[in-house]
Amino acid sequence: MHLDATIATFLIQDGLTNGAVYALLGLAIVLVFSVTRVIFIPQGEFVAYGALTLATLDAGNVPGTPKLLLCFGVAAFLLDLWSWRRDLKVDALARNFALNLGLPLLIYGAVLYLAPLQLPSVIRALMTVLIIAPMGLYVYRIAYRPLADASVLVLLITSVGVHLAMLGLGLIFFGPEGLRATPLHDGSFTMGPLLVTAQSVLIYLTTILIMVALYFFFEKTLLGKALRATAVNRLGARLVGVRTQLTGVTAFVLAATIAAVSGVLMGPITTIYYDTGFLIGLKGFVAAILGGMGSFPVTAIAAIGVGMVESFASFFASNYKEIIVFGLIVPVLIWLSIDAVHHEEE
Amino acid sequence: MSRNLLELTDIHVSYGHAEVLHGISLAMRPGSIVTVIGANGAGKTTLLNAVMGVIPSTGAILYDGVPVPRSVEARVAAGLCLVPEKRELFSSMTVEDNIELGGFLRSASERGETREELYARFPRLAERRKQLAGTLSGGERQMLALARALMSRPRLLLLDEPSLGLAPRIVADILNIVSELRKTGVAILLVEQNARAALEIADEGYLVELGEVRRSGPAAELAVDPALMESYLGAHS
Repeated sequence: MHLDATIATFLIQDGLTNGAVYALLGLAIVLVFSVTRVIFIPQGEFVAYGALTLATLDAGNVPGTPKLLLCFGVAAFLLDLWSWRRDLKVDALARNFALNLGLPLLIYGAVLYLAPLQLPSVIRALMTVLIIAPMGLYVYRIAYRPLADASVLVLLITSVGVHLAMLGLGLIFFGPEGLRATPLHDGSFTMGPLLVTAQSVLIYLTTILIMVALYFFFEKTLLGKALRATAVNRLGARLVGVRTQLTGVTAFVLAATIAAVSGVLMGPITTIYYDTGFLIGLKGFVAAILGGMGSFPVTAIAAIGVGMVESFASFFASNYKEIIVFGLIVPVLIWLSIDAVHHEEE
Repeated sequence: MSRNLLELTDIHVSYGHAEVLHGISLAMRPGSIVTVIGANGAGKTTLLNAVMGVIPSTGAILYDGVPVPRSVEARVAAGLCLVPEKRELFSSMTVEDNIELGGFLRSASERGETREELYARFPRLAERRKQLAGTLSGGERQMLALARALMSRPRLLLLDEPSLGLAPRIVADILNIVSELRKTGVAILLVEQNARAALEIADEGYLVELGEVRRSGPAAELAVDPALMESYLGAHS
């Protein structure tokens, strides 16, 4: 089969759709890394949890994730109790109880009640994000907060551990079968020779919306500026009273929300297994590296490039698709390292 | 007699096995300027970092009569604020954002009010409010660091070498601003290598040498002490 205009436009559309999701994931990775110095490897699991939760809700069943969220909440609560064993404050305890046990219980109850009701797909998508996003809070509390001052390497090893743990939990709570969610909207329309599905339009719009929202958050709100400040100068941020925990939690909840949304967007266009998320997250990671782990705009553009390369590689050399995509980072890393040596000499 | 705003008793700080502060005691009254002078490496910066909680220390730090909170952030909330030697500005953010973040723990209305006061005090910063902090000159950066610290409405300002690396004329400007700040009621613990200038604006002085307090007393007395002048201030200047 030869590449003609029709196939090319189809591939471009496909690349753009995947690239938009990779852009979201890449942004989340840059966000978490710049604020907390954590390489967010478990992001893929959040994506898979999101897609699988949506697919289970679509079938009218209660997914395992609310129960898992409750387990995370209990673990976070016990860790807080342990850290306060010397001086226990009642108001802090009450707040902690509400956040770590009340919130997941509320979500669990709501899901039990709402799941069998066959609600509109938009509600199911929102429920999914609501279940997954607080996991960012608890994962940060359990795994990363105790290590806030550790080196990047220790945090990286922690990330690998969290990734493996969440992968195993995914298998327990969802089983080995792949699931596919139903699209939020089934429609499609033609634009010239192009058949555009409503789902891909939804992906573009959501990506743009999230990017605009992130822009406003970082440019206009004090909390957003505090996150940027932490990324620029950690000591400076502490000296003005910005708590490392606050920025860390915010970064993780944002990243978990973005990953959950990505899962909701990806769920209806590919079959997702408990371990599919990792590979999707890695594509976002490639984009983040192409953006030097620091630039939001470059990461977003690079992500579209990654989607395109992947799409065309799957047409020309589908067996080597992943190799070609991940091979992209090698020249970039060489170039960045040359650049770094150059800076050191100055 | 009103109680001391800050009271340090027997402060020890170690880096690994090496102890660099060997039991420093110091007291300062609300609204006063106290200067810590001494040669490079005497432990002056370490002392300020210990008071702010940036580095761990042993001994008692009483602030307003009670033990100071543990974390840096809680100390900021309690009214302490450190302007470090390296300024630690948010260089890729605007002057305005840097100043706004200084008031992170204050309400929006307090922030707006204090910001206007600061722009009136530092017109240079008002002119450059949209500029990135990293593009400012040395003197402007020090002014921005001071302004950012004042946004938190501190009761005790810890200033680490505010004149370091600045041209003499700008040093005079900065020290003028520091002595004017006293009128707003804020107490200042000032670490300076430029001992003569520091003693001129301070009420009390502490001479620190090799991690210990060697001399202390009213600044005016220290400034005219012949032995002190000889060894630390440069007799011929």
